[in-house]
Amino acid sequence: MLSADRPHLSLLAAFGRQFRRHGQALMASLAEVANPLLFFFMVVTLFPLGLGPDPTQLAAMAPGVLWVVALLASLMVSARMFASDFEDGSLEQMALAAHPLAVLALGEVVAHWLATGFLLALVSPLFALMLGLPSQGLGVLVVSLLLGTLCLTLIGAVGSALTVSIRRGGLLLSLLIIPLNVPVLIFGTAAVTEAVRGGDPSTWLALMGALAAGMLALVPLAVGAALRISLDS
Amino acid sequence: MALLAAAEVAIERGERRLLHGVNLSVDSGQVWQVLGANGVGKSSLLRALAGLARLGVEGSISRFEPLLYLAHAPAIKGALSPFENLRCHPACDIISTRAQIELALQAVQLRGFEDQPVGSLSAGQQRRVALARLLLSDARLWLLDEPFTALDRSGCEWLEECVRRHVGAGGAVIFTSHQPSRFGELQQDLDLAHYAVS
Repeated sequence: MLSADRPHLSLLAAFGRQFRRHGQALMASLAEVANPLLFFFMVVTLFPLGLGPDPTQLAAMAPGVLWVVALLASLMVSARMFASDFEDGSLEQMALAAHPLAVLALGEVVAHWLATGFLLALVSPLFALMLGLPSQGLGVLVVSLLLGTLCLTLIGAVGSALTVSIRRGGLLLSLLIIPLNVPVLIFGTAAVTEAVRGGDPSTWLALMGALAAGMLALVPLAVGAALRISLDS
Repeated sequence: MALLAAAEVAIERGERRLLHGVNLSVDSGQVWQVLGANGVGKSSLLRALAGLARLGVEGSISRFEPLLYLAHAPAIKGALSPFENLRCHPACDIISTRAQIELALQAVQLRGFEDQPVGSLSAGQQRRVALARLLLSDARLWLLDEPFTALDRSGCEWLEECVRRHVGAGGAVIFTSHQPSRFGELQQDLDLAHYAVS
């Protein structure tokens, strides 16, 4: 129907609409949201069983363990970030939209992060206490995970966008993005370890913040281009 | 007024060349039916015309107006209600009010299903949700890939009526279908058998 008199959507509204669409789809399948949290919980409970219940040993390893598990949980969910959109044809429609694909994709990525990384960071103190992480490290753990999972989700978005059209692209995705995740892991564990020692973790947190800000600006462009390549085959 | 022009378009999929030498000029007020056997490249041609496929497409395709492309995959989320699916459709860039969306859903006979998850509806009803978008877009050119699939008789009649009205208002439609001519005099055929690479 020709209805040229209707108001057009602003860029911000287009972003918000995509965010809302993806968020609602995620919320409707609670299993998908609970999955990484459950994974986190299971791995963290397995560590004391495997390493023995010595609290000092567990506390010393806690920052590294928590961060590695967070990285794996993020890797696990980011593989499917654009998969359902690719299968149901939504990606094609996003590519045809009047607004830049990068902005629409960012809306999805942010919704995805809120449902996975953000939640994980919020509940992480609980898991940290299970491993006996000293309490002075808890705040820094949450902040570092908030910034870190944002970086991990953005990196995962590029990988997911590149591999979405490939059947069983999971292994390729891991090979692509694990090397890119390494700096985030190093900064994150360093920040928490520093805080546990009583030092000043702000250098590490600042580095992560800079990384997250830079990625937020640049990654959407890469995701948009990668999605177009994936659609073009 | 020309809405789309394609000159000497050739399409390859994988290593295989499907079509060559396709020339097409679509003006407002025209209905084009793309014909051809399974696998001849109807959907590939439509994707190329929409601008989605560039790899493996040769020749020049000019699009002069925003278009609406409806693919086999309906781009609707099973977890969302028909209402939410239409309100948050990724390709629609005009704002529709609640009343306008409800009117569109009523037109496709989905009144009463507004708030059910689309996943719980039948294939034909899901198709109707996707087609309701036609009423909420201001695109002049519609590219419809097998729009009559899964529709019942009344659905097909509604869609025919909808296409006629759109064309009457200065729009144009290109659609693929295996059904015989639906629009009589109004319609022009593009038989891909002539352009197939044997």
